[in-house]
Amino acid sequence: MKKRTIALLSAAIMTFSMAACGGNTGATTTTTSSSSSSSSSSSSAASSSSSSSSASTDTGAGSADTGAAAASGELIRVGIINNDPNESGYRTANVKDLQDMFKPENGYDAQFAYSLKNDEQIQAAQGFITDEVDYLLLSAADTAGWDGVLKDAQAAGIKVILFDRTIDADPSLYEASIVSDMAKEGETAVNWLAGQGLDEYNVIHIQGVMGSAAQQGRSGALDAKAAAEANWNIVEQQTAEWNAEKAQQIVQSVIDSKTPFNVIYAENDDMAKGAVAALDAAGISHGVGKDVIVMGFDCNKWALEELLAQNWNYDGQCNPFQASYIDQIIKTLESGATIDEKTIIMDEKGFDAETITQQDVDDYGI
Amino acid sequence: MEENRILEMRGIEKSFPGVRALRGVDFSLNKGEIHALMGENGAGKSTLIKVLTGVYSKDKGKISMPDKDDIQINSPQDAQNAGISTVYQEITLCPNLTVAENMYIGRGKGVITNWKKMNEDANKILRSLDIPATATQQLASCSIAVQQMVAIARAVDMDCKVLILDEPTSSLDEQEVEKLFGLMRDLKSRGVGIIFVTHFLDQVYEVCDRITVLRDGTLVGEYAIADLPRVELVAKMLGKEMDDLSDIKGEIAGYQGDIVDDVVFEAEGLQSDAGIKPFDFYIKKGEVNGFTGLLGSGRSECVRAIFGADRVLAGKVKMHGKEVKIAKPLDAMKCGIAYLPEDRKLDGIVGDLSVRDNIILALQVLTGFFKPFSKAKAQAFAEEYIKKLNIKTASADTPIKSLSGGNQQKVILARWLLMHPEYLILDEPTRGIDVGTKVDIQKLVLELAGEGMSVTFISSETDEMLRTCSRLVVMRDRKTVGELSGEDLSQNKIMETIAGGEG
Amino acid sequence: MKFDIKKLLSNQLVIPFAAIIILCLVNLGYDIVKDASFFSIEVVTNNSGNSVFSGPLITILDYGSELAILAIGMTLVTAASGGQDISVGATIAIAGSAMLRVLCGGNTRPEVLATPIIVGFLVACIVGMLCGAFNGMLVAIFRIQPMIATLILFTAGRSIAAWINNNELPIVPDPKFAYFGSFIPGVPIPTTVFIAAACIITAALLLKFTNLGLYTQAVGINESSSRLNGINPTAIKFISFIILGLCVAVAALIKVSRLSTINYSVIAKDIEMDAILAVALGGNALSGGKFNLWASILGAYIIQFLTTTLYRFKVDSAALPAYKAIVVILLVVFSSPVVRQKMQQFSSSRAAAKKEVA
Repeated sequence: MKKRTIALLSAAIMTFSMAACGGNTGATTTTTSSSSSSSSSSSSAASSSSSSSSASTDTGAGSADTGAAAASGELIRVGIINNDPNESGYRTANVKDLQDMFKPENGYDAQFAYSLKNDEQIQAAQGFITDEVDYLLLSAADTAGWDGVLKDAQAAGIKVILFDRTIDADPSLYEASIVSDMAKEGETAVNWLAGQGLDEYNVIHIQGVMGSAAQQGRSGALDAKAAAEANWNIVEQQTAEWNAEKAQQIVQSVIDSKTPFNVIYAENDDMAKGAVAALDAAGISHGVGKDVIVMGFDCNKWALEELLAQNWNYDGQCNPFQASYIDQIIKTLESGATIDEKTIIMDEKGFDAETITQQDVDDYGI
Repeated sequence: MEENRILEMRGIEKSFPGVRALRGVDFSLNKGEIHALMGENGAGKSTLIKVLTGVYSKDKGKISMPDKDDIQINSPQDAQNAGISTVYQEITLCPNLTVAENMYIGRGKGVITNWKKMNEDANKILRSLDIPATATQQLASCSIAVQQMVAIARAVDMDCKVLILDEPTSSLDEQEVEKLFGLMRDLKSRGVGIIFVTHFLDQVYEVCDRITVLRDGTLVGEYAIADLPRVELVAKMLGKEMDDLSDIKGEIAGYQGDIVDDVVFEAEGLQSDAGIKPFDFYIKKGEVNGFTGLLGSGRSECVRAIFGADRVLAGKVKMHGKEVKIAKPLDAMKCGIAYLPEDRKLDGIVGDLSVRDNIILALQVLTGFFKPFSKAKAQAFAEEYIKKLNIKTASADTPIKSLSGGNQQKVILARWLLMHPEYLILDEPTRGIDVGTKVDIQKLVLELAGEGMSVTFISSETDEMLRTCSRLVVMRDRKTVGELSGEDLSQNKIMETIAGGEG
Repeated sequence: MKFDIKKLLSNQLVIPFAAIIILCLVNLGYDIVKDASFFSIEVVTNNSGNSVFSGPLITILDYGSELAILAIGMTLVTAASGGQDISVGATIAIAGSAMLRVLCGGNTRPEVLATPIIVGFLVACIVGMLCGAFNGMLVAIFRIQPMIATLILFTAGRSIAAWINNNELPIVPDPKFAYFGSFIPGVPIPTTVFIAAACIITAALLLKFTNLGLYTQAVGINESSSRLNGINPTAIKFISFIILGLCVAVAALIKVSRLSTINYSVIAKDIEMDAILAVALGGNALSGGKFNLWASILGAYIIQFLTTTLYRFKVDSAALPAYKAIVVILLVVFSSPVVRQKMQQFSSSRAAAKKEVA
């Protein structure tokens, strides 16, 4: 009895979250038109993923179909290879999203394998190929070394879909690749900042681990803008390696040196939090309409709440919710249609403290 | 080179920083003989062996074998190639490999191993030497004696002409020793020359043909077994000629005061994990007694067992007739027992600490963890004993390691005297210190006894013991073999008792 | 009054004090060139409305506290066992995680604290001491090399920390909890300074009113001799790890309080290396034995001094480890027997030359 209740409950939650997902993708265009602040980036996102947004409407219908499929017992078998869920909050959300999607209730029979090591991932992939799954979903730990195993998959008639991370392999070896565009995340954020219309931008730029895709993408846009505009100065550029404590010390050192600044551009939420702790200790006001603009990335739930409280100004999304995209691609392939665009870039939003709502926090917080 | 000689070493010299370990030592070995290499610890036995096996390179001297004059042995590999093999006290084989693998490991000429042939060969040798093991058996499943034999078999199969057995019997029981001797005799009949290093006199007389005695890095002599009675062997090892020793007592008057007939400490069937046989022992108030015997005979182990320094396995211990439990040094200290250990550097001094901290250490520990002495009190203690024992140090703050050996020893002595023990054990308190300090310490022992302290005194120098002790417990092969007092307290009698049996 | 160079050079505190003087001079030079003021302390009003001190020196005192606290335990462990605990950062994550678990009652975003802060802290202390006991057991009883023994928690610790909270990142709602890592209303000095002072005073009392110092040094210098003098070396080593575990718990309180939350993979990252460096900077032998606790604590603040100075000079923070490496190299070279001998020869030859002139 109890088990059954839980099953029902989880199914209910699942459909709710699915509806939310579908709703989000569909809603993107509408938010875009209403919020001028994130217009430039979001509209481009909307145009690039116009197919997906139109497809999103039939996700709801699709779920009904898959429900029927589940009843008839023809489950689609997928093998999912991902990184360790403990890696980060982003990954935890990503794993949960996939687990919620690829369930028998949705017509899937899924197996999961988690590892931060490429060789273990490849081993898992070979296991899935031997098991003759229908689809192989892959977020690779390393970009290299996947050719052989993907050829094996192709020979066995298994379709491969990459998510979250791309790999160095011939595009003919996979059906689609669903990724975030880190450079665009940076651009969206910088454009938003430019839209604030300050007379002078004195930015403390706190970087992530140097060389990581997220750092390179998010730094690139700011570097370019600072080089191009005369009134944009980067007063401090340091890596805090995603570490809040280091960020706190870096900002503290700028405060101690009495260098004026009015923007904190931290490449993730943790570092923004550390920076804010330093501001608080020194009595420097921050947030909407205050002395210092605080910007973060990743859309942690607690970070979005800071936005809602107007303590921070901006938070850029790094979308971990790829499951609905993958679902659509599988549906399309199953229906016999082909995918036009191999690389699918996910919708990623930037949230402004002035326009964010509790609904956004609930929907996008990870 | 003489006929029948298989090895000759001439004028071997070897020095280490500060020590001349070997000074012009000669040694020769014949075909088909078992040759005992004897001497106290530190006499140079192991250095000589290590020079021969290439572990050390000699400073001077010549090593010859029949086929080659003046061969150079600069590594164990060279020694092996020359046909010299060694079996050490600790087994140096791999217990998790098979017997055959152990016999052939590291000897393959090529990369490829023919396992079948290897096992067959191994079995052949094992059978011919009558060793109760099979080639494919895991070595760990054999008894220690058999493992020892496998090590010998490995050496023999390597075409060895000279086999060195370094204390091979110390971990074997009597039956196993017999088996090993059987194997040794067998090898001897095949013409192998065996160098046998042991501290068991009985075994030497049972199996050996000739004896070479070393003392302080010099050659004392080479003797046929029949020409050297046990007593003389002991005398040679100790460096005392029998006749010179008879009348030494009396230079310093021994303790003549009243010995109160009160047994302070008493042990019954005491045994520790250091390998000594159970022994009984007692000491009275104001008495000075001692353990004597060759180095390695178990005399230090006995007093360590009394103090709880080694793990006590069995036995009853009484203080003033009341049974007490001494499981660790602190228990002994609480009973009023103090112990100055044999190895000053390793067990005595706490090198980097100051003279003051070294002096107060034992009393401080006895006083308790939560009751540290004030700095002034500690300083007062230290100064009192620096003066009392005439310790030469720049100040009480000087690290003990920068003091001379004799003064370090005085500091350790001060540490224990500060505790005001009822029973003081001194294990080799005079080793490696200057003559003046030696006399000081001997005098002090007698004075302390005069004040009613019981003292057990151990020294390698028998005359020291004769001067101070009124009763001696004699040890041989890790068990007590006699007790001497009164008239019997003489150099000759001690040696006779140490040698045991005929003599 | 006579100035004895030889005696001065042999003093353990000479290295840390020399380092402080050099750092002060470097900062002074920077001030003159850049017209900045390193040594000024101002009063500002922070965002909670308190008047507090602010300035580089306050920053050093504030951020150096965790390290100073850890240096206490690390010094004892080093002295007793002749090795170092490299699991400190990971055990801070574990103790911090346990504290959050108790404070938030397993809830990620609680409205109110599930238990009083003191209970959370006590739980952290227990967990820290358990981790210390685990390491201590491996080192003291099983006689595993300390670095190898602590490698276990070093590797597994952060995963354990994540597991304690189900991989969630709870946030403490009570603003009072943040006091430990920032300021108490009405007090202008960072709370961490008081916490560090309390730990240092406790350590001082412990050394004064017990024989911990004597026993630890004796065990570290000569274990066999200590045993024959009635000391239990196993217990002493074990206790040193337990004390380090307590230090870890206190450091965890500060670290977690600074942000009212935790990040398992980065909290107190690499702090073990800084703690070991602090011990070395204090002139203590990493092979154990004699120690000077005050020198280690000074060493901890010097490391923070160095970090703050480098940030001030806008040195790339990714390059910080390289600068610390230079410090380590200098330390190792200056404490090597060869250089020491040369320095002594130099000073004695100079003394001789002076005499001749006279």
